[in-house]
Amino acid sequence: MISFDSVKIAESPQQAYELCQNRNNRIIGGMMWLRMSERHYSSVVDLSGLGLEKIEDTAESFKIGAMTTLRDMEKSEKLKQTFGNVFSDCVRHIVGVQFRSMATVGGSVFGRFGFSDVLTALMAFDSYVETYKHGIIPLCDFAKLPYEKDVLLNIIIKKDGTKAYYSSFRNEDKDFPVITVCVSEKDGSFSATVGARPSKAEKIFDEEGILTDFYAKTGDEREAAAEDFGKYVCGKLDFNTNMRAGGKYREKLAGIYIKRALMGDMR
Amino acid sequence: MNITFVLNGRKTTAEINADTMLFGLLRMLGCYSVKCGCETANCGLCTVIFNGKPVLSCAMPAFRADGCTIETLEGLQNEAELFGSFMADEGADQCGFCNPGFIMNVIAMERELKDPDDGEIKEYLAGNLCRCTGYVGHLRAIKKYLSYKRGEGR
Repeated sequence: MISFDSVKIAESPQQAYELCQNRNNRIIGGMMWLRMSERHYSSVVDLSGLGLEKIEDTAESFKIGAMTTLRDMEKSEKLKQTFGNVFSDCVRHIVGVQFRSMATVGGSVFGRFGFSDVLTALMAFDSYVETYKHGIIPLCDFAKLPYEKDVLLNIIIKKDGTKAYYSSFRNEDKDFPVITVCVSEKDGSFSATVGARPSKAEKIFDEEGILTDFYAKTGDEREAAAEDFGKYVCGKLDFNTNMRAGGKYREKLAGIYIKRALMGDMR
Repeated sequence: MNITFVLNGRKTTAEINADTMLFGLLRMLGCYSVKCGCETANCGLCTVIFNGKPVLSCAMPAFRADGCTIETLEGLQNEAELFGSFMADEGADQCGFCNPGFIMNVIAMERELKDPDDGEIKEYLAGNLCRCTGYVGHLRAIKKYLSYKRGEGR
């Protein structure tokens, strides 16, 4: 189990950033995963004093503080009103209510875990992260950055009318996902974000116009287009094998969940 | 380091190490219902109500309790006894090891959800593992307990 000699409650993002440059210090979020590590640290840096545990609703976007819990995100009525059930659907299968009342959005996003339901759902929107070092950068770019000593402050989701539908498959409820899929649409343009492949989520846009005028198509045409888009997305991504599932199985599932989202669940 | 918090309605001060976990502190303070069952933050046995929310005390650093309110089964004896009687009537528990965490989460659910349906109950309690049973008796006990609390008799 993790051990540490002292706790530093950060008084500013700058102080948190400076403290975490020391390799013997570590920033903690909900400490759900970190608790199980075997390392000893001189100090842990707690961000609880920075007011990052709230969801701010502005005219153009939502700003979710890094210390906001998954449970708060799940229960946020404002997020539901704007984005539907995407953010409750994406976390409801994560362990239990008690776990989600402690695990933080910042922990999920900064970790950029392959199995992250939260990262998949957030990437489906026009989302950004605000870190001390990089300022505000697109989440998709952040996900590709190497791990570095930085302080994640906020996650920003633009209110641009994007609609999205989230689904995941697990071998057993509450286990890590075998595949996570979030299909999104804005002004008739579609994209699909697929995670737990088992590598981290990636977003693929419909650059070939497979789903152009999707809702104007007849039933059969629409079904064929949805299937083609699933194949197109899967063709752009790598699917690999781990202890939970094989790569080919994951690829098959991803195609099916993309099609299902487009054929009914999304609307 | 020194922390002060309200434990089961009583102001409590404790001297802790920086890396003391809340479940260890609570046991040190005599709350033996709080146990660490799985070591992986999955089983729910260490559930306590922290500022009104159910949390896993095995993964909560004790320093975060400073200035907070914590309830354990020891402080909820009346509620626990009542719900425990419904569990017993339904033969829901076998070894009983998971009961303290389970009862804490049922009480948290009762406070948070109004008239939950079967799906909501199952989802709320999914973070409490019982290795003896199939949860069917638990669900019967909860539904009868909630009916009773709504004044529908026993």
